[in-house]
Amino acid sequence: MNEGPAIVVDRLVVRRGGKLVLPGISLEIAAGAITGLLGPSGTGKTTLIRAIVGVQIVESGGVSVLGMPAGSAPLRSRVAYVTQTPSVYSDLTVRENLGYFARIVDVPGGRVDEVIETVGLGEYANRQVVNLSGGQRARVSLGSALLGDPDVLVLDEPTVGLDPVLRTELWSEFANLAARGKTLVVSSHVMDEAMHCQELLLMREGDVLAAASPRELLDRTGAPDMETAFLRLIEQGAKR
Amino acid sequence: MSPRITLATTRRVLSQLRRDPRTVALIIAVPVVLIALLKGVLEGSPGSFESLGGPMVGLFPLIIMFLITSITMLRERTTGTLERLMTLPLAKLDLLLGYGIAFALVAAVQAVVTAIVAFAILGVDAAGSTVAVVALAVANAVLGMAMGLLASAFARTEFQVVQFMPAFIFPQLLLCGLFAPRDSMAPVLEAVSYALPMSYAFDALHRVTVDGSLGTAGVVDVCVTLGATALALVLAAGTLRRRTA
Repeated sequence: MNEGPAIVVDRLVVRRGGKLVLPGISLEIAAGAITGLLGPSGTGKTTLIRAIVGVQIVESGGVSVLGMPAGSAPLRSRVAYVTQTPSVYSDLTVRENLGYFARIVDVPGGRVDEVIETVGLGEYANRQVVNLSGGQRARVSLGSALLGDPDVLVLDEPTVGLDPVLRTELWSEFANLAARGKTLVVSSHVMDEAMHCQELLLMREGDVLAAASPRELLDRTGAPDMETAFLRLIEQGAKR
Repeated sequence: MSPRITLATTRRVLSQLRRDPRTVALIIAVPVVLIALLKGVLEGSPGSFESLGGPMVGLFPLIIMFLITSITMLRERTTGTLERLMTLPLAKLDLLLGYGIAFALVAAVQAVVTAIVAFAILGVDAAGSTVAVVALAVANAVLGMAMGLLASAFARTEFQVVQFMPAFIFPQLLLCGLFAPRDSMAPVLEAVSYALPMSYAFDALHRVTVDGSLGTAGVVDVCVTLGATALALVLAAGTLRRRTA
């Protein structure tokens, strides 16, 4: 599966509202794996993700995805993006939402029902999104991104507000996708989620604090869990 | 651009509207009620209702579609669905034309209902073809929609976008010739009125309802209205950015 990185970020500088959010971050994200983008909120995860999907105005530096500049036209059918707040039409039903996005990415109608099952919304298919819970709305948004069977799936905090059973199911679905060679980038501020990822990028203040697998990070820091490992890395960073 | 995506967008916009029966009822009922109101208000001034009523049938769709589209598009921006769409293989024109077709259909229903009530029941008199009035009404609705799409780019909240109705539309309504002939206005205002699309929309309606036919000048009016619509759509497409700050 490892034919080089799927995503390369090179000295990326992004300023938002006058504030330097990413002061020159560089990183690589492996193809065919789940990479977790972890770090406290306000650390630039969403900005980095927006740059990867090509909706963020960047000041300098570059982002390439599957060998093409981020946001270029051919990538629009190969990269899918799930925003942190569910971006779906709340006045439409689950099926109508997915049906619309399915026609945009040009997949057959049968795919809609498949995806509805995948995200566990079978019994809510004909409910208006406005009448669903926060977690269910998040799943509609996630489902919309899964429709086109994208090569790269970029998910901003996809498991926030989901119950543990569903969270586990989604992680195993993500693992299935990665096993089929898909590249997943999943951001989270919950360190527990890290163990589901093959690779981790720990972020702090717009930069990469560490890049390694969960096992390596625990070994390197001698920490019992990710939360502690992250804290130790920050301490080491502060000492340097 | 893809007809598949354009029509999917039209269908989506219409489904959204269908989920909101109160809005649909307002779209259809408000113009009818206002025209009936106008008839009562002008009862004591003979001739006024006859000359105002016809053009009003064709101007209501412009005003209402401006308001509805600007709010719908603003919602699309603030809920993040526009950002999602911009990451998908959808051309900006797919989105704008999708909206255009959906609201033109709604405007057609609105205009037909308003015209039937106005011409058949309230006794509004059109010297020319009532079908032409309805056709102009639909064209004006699409103009209103295009201006609404453009206006929504300059608003961040629904409060602001609602204010665009008095800011964008009322001056045009005052200067278009509906309340006073444009050549009787202060010269500065008359000059300004030539730059406002609604003046041409009104002029075409006036020619059909009062003069009896469009004539050459009326055809020019229609062309200017269509040109203004195209210009507003192109400008609106320019405000849809794939990348934002």
